[in-house]
Amino acid sequence: MAKLLIDNITSSCSLSDYKSYGGYTALEKALKLKPEEIVAEVQKSGLRGRGGAGFPTGMKWSFIAKPEGVPRHLVCNADESEPGTFKDRYLMQHKPHILVEGMIISSYALGANTSYIYIRGEMMFQFHILQNAIDEAYAAGLLGKNILNSGFNLDLHVHCGGGAYICGEETALIESLEGKRGNPRIKPPFPAVKGVWDRPTVVNNVETIAAVVPIINMGGEAYAKIGVGKSTGTKLISASGHINKPGVYEIELGVPVEEFIYSENYCGGIKGGRKLKAVVAGGSSVPILPAELILKTAKGEPRLMTYESLSEGGFATGTMLGSGGFIVMDESTSIVKNLFNFSRFYHHESCGQCSPCREGTMWMEKILRKFLEGRGTSADIDLLWDVQGKIEGKTICPLGDAAAWPVASAIRHFRAEFEEYVKNPQNIKDVRHYYRLNNLQEL
Amino acid sequence: MANKKIEFSPEALELVHRIIKRYPEGKQKSAILPILHIAQAEFDGWLSAPVMDYVASILKILPIEVYEVATFYSMFNLKPVGKCLIEVCRTGPCWLMGAEDVVKYIEKKLNIKEGETTKDGMFTLKTVECLAACGSAPMMQVGETYHENLTLEKVDSILQDYKSKGELVTHWDKKHIATNYTNLHE
Ligand SMILES: Cc1cc2nc3c(=O)[nH]c(=O)nc-3n(C[C@H](O)[C@H](O)[C@H](O)COP(=O)(O)O)c2cc1C
Ligand code: FES
Repeated sequence: MAKLLIDNITSSCSLSDYKSYGGYTALEKALKLKPEEIVAEVQKSGLRGRGGAGFPTGMKWSFIAKPEGVPRHLVCNADESEPGTFKDRYLMQHKPHILVEGMIISSYALGANTSYIYIRGEMMFQFHILQNAIDEAYAAGLLGKNILNSGFNLDLHVHCGGGAYICGEETALIESLEGKRGNPRIKPPFPAVKGVWDRPTVVNNVETIAAVVPIINMGGEAYAKIGVGKSTGTKLISASGHINKPGVYEIELGVPVEEFIYSENYCGGIKGGRKLKAVVAGGSSVPILPAELILKTAKGEPRLMTYESLSEGGFATGTMLGSGGFIVMDESTSIVKNLFNFSRFYHHESCGQCSPCREGTMWMEKILRKFLEGRGTSADIDLLWDVQGKIEGKTICPLGDAAAWPVASAIRHFRAEFEEYVKNPQNIKDVRHYYRLNNLQEL
Repeated sequence: MANKKIEFSPEALELVHRIIKRYPEGKQKSAILPILHIAQAEFDGWLSAPVMDYVASILKILPIEVYEVATFYSMFNLKPVGKCLIEVCRTGPCWLMGAEDVVKYIEKKLNIKEGETTKDGMFTLKTVECLAACGSAPMMQVGETYHENLTLEKVDSILQDYKSKGELVTHWDKKHIATNYTNLHE
C-alpha cells in the first residue's frame, strides 16, 4: 500500500526536497477552493482525530463559532506524551513541511490567520526543525501575507511546553498556551466556542493535520476508500516493546493485528521467538488485552487494526485504537509490575485539580507497590478495583479514565497474576520481569 | 553567581522580545514557557527566585504567576543542577526494555543516586516520563539530544563525551540563542 504521510522520508527535510516530490501542491489546490469546500472534503474523507479520541475532524471543524470580528485560532497538538506513542515526533523530525502545509490548508479552511503548533518542551530538537521549516515557508511566500497571491494571510508559530503529560489534553493545552499551569477546563464551553484567549479554537493532533494534505491531493472520496468502514485512511502506529522491529509504521486501517505483530513488514514477531503475552494497543491509557483477545475478538473473529474492531466487545473483551501506541509484551513480562509503572506515571502526571484523580492515582500506586514488595493481600485486589471505579467518569478531564482503565483491565484479564503475588511473595524477586541489558548481572 | 546581576545577554533579550510578539497584544504571558527555557540556558541551567522575578518583570506579570508555572512543569529546575542533566526515561515501554538497568548503571558509575548531582558539579541524574522515543528504548535525554537504543557501552561513551566537553547543556541549546532565527516571525 502506498504511504500517504511518511513516504519519501529522506535525510534532508528541506523545502526544496519536499517540493521535489510534490510538496505544497495540495496548498495550491486548496487556496483555489472555498474554505467550506475544504471542510466538506475533509468530512467526505471520514478522517478521525489521530490524537486518541477519534472524533471526526470535518465535524469538529464545522462546529467552530464565527462571531463577527473575533479572531479564530488553529492549534496543533504536538504534545505527544502518551506512553507508547512516538509517531508525531517521527513525522515532525523527518517531514516538518507536511505539518506546515497541513497547518496552512487547515487554517485557511477554518478562517484562522494566526496558528500555533504546541510542541512538548522535551522535543526541543524538533521545535527548531519546525522553526526552520516555517522560516523556509515564509521566505518562499507560503506563509505571511497574501499566500501564493490568494489574499489569505497566515502567521504560524511554534510554541514549546515545559514538561507535563496533561498539557496534551486540549483544554489544558490551551491554558498552557496562555502561559498558565496546565489545568484542564470544564466543558462546555468547548474550545470551538471559547478556546485560547477566549476565542474560537480548534485543536488537532499533528497526524490529523498532516493527513489533510493527502486528502486535498487525492480528494476526500478517494481517501475514504482506503481502510475499512468508518476507519478510513492510513494511521501511523508506534510499535514498541518486545518485538523484533520496533518503530513507526504507516498502515492502511484494517490490517489484521496478527499480521501487524508477526509480519516482516511490520513488527517482525516477538523478540527471541518468545510467546506473546499481552498488548496495550493504543497508548498506555487503553485497556490491556491478553494475547488471545488481541489476536481474535471474543467471537473468534480476527481482530483488525481499526477503531471498531479494536473496541469490539467493549471493555469486557476489547480495547481502543487510541493514539496508536502499540506496546507488545512477551511472556517474561510481569503485568503487575508493568501496571505499577503506569499507575506511578498517572499519579505523577495528575494535575491535582480533581480529588478522585489526585487521590485515587496516589492510592493505586501505593497499593500496587505493596504487591511488588510482597505485602499485597487479596483484599487489596478488590480495593484496587474499587478505587479505579471511583475515578472513572468522575473527573473534569479524561486523565482520570486513562488512569483507571489500565488498572481495571489488568485485574479483569490477569487477576490470577495478582493472586500469585499474594500467595507466593517469596517468588517475586525471582521473576524475570524485564529484559536486562547485557553484562549487568553484577548490579 | 552570588552577586552577578541577573540580566539576559543582549542576544537572548532580543530573542525573548521577538517571541513575546508572537502572541496577541496584552497576552504576553503566553510567552512564559519558551522564556523560562531560555532563562535556564542563560542562568546555569536552573531557575532561582531572582531569575523568576526577572522573567516576571520582562513579561510585566506578578512573580507569583511565574512561580506557579515554574513549579507545575517538570522541565524547570528549581534547585541548582550539574552542567549536564541526564534524564533517563523510566516509563512502561522503556522499562520493558531495560531502563531500570540504565538508571542503576549510571548511579553506580557516577556514584550518585537518582536526583543527585556529582561532587564536581558535572552531572545530575533524573528519571523522567515517556519522551516519545519508545521504539528506540531504552533512551535518555541530555539537553536537546535524545540518546536512543542505549547499551551500557553507549552510556559510557556518552558520559565521557559530555565530561570532556565540560560545558553547560540545556534543553534550549545555547546555539539557538546566539545564532539563526533570522526569521522568527513576529
Ligand atoms: C490526558 C490526556 C492527554 C492527551 N494527550 C494528547 C497528546 O499528547 N496529543 C494529542 O494529539 N492529543 C492528546 N489528547 C487528546 C486531546 O485532548 C484532543 O482530543 C486531541 O488533541 C484532538 O485532536 P484530534 O481530534 O486531531 O485527535 C490527550 C487527552 C488527554 C485526556
Ligand atoms: S517509554 Fe521511554 S520514550 Fe516512551
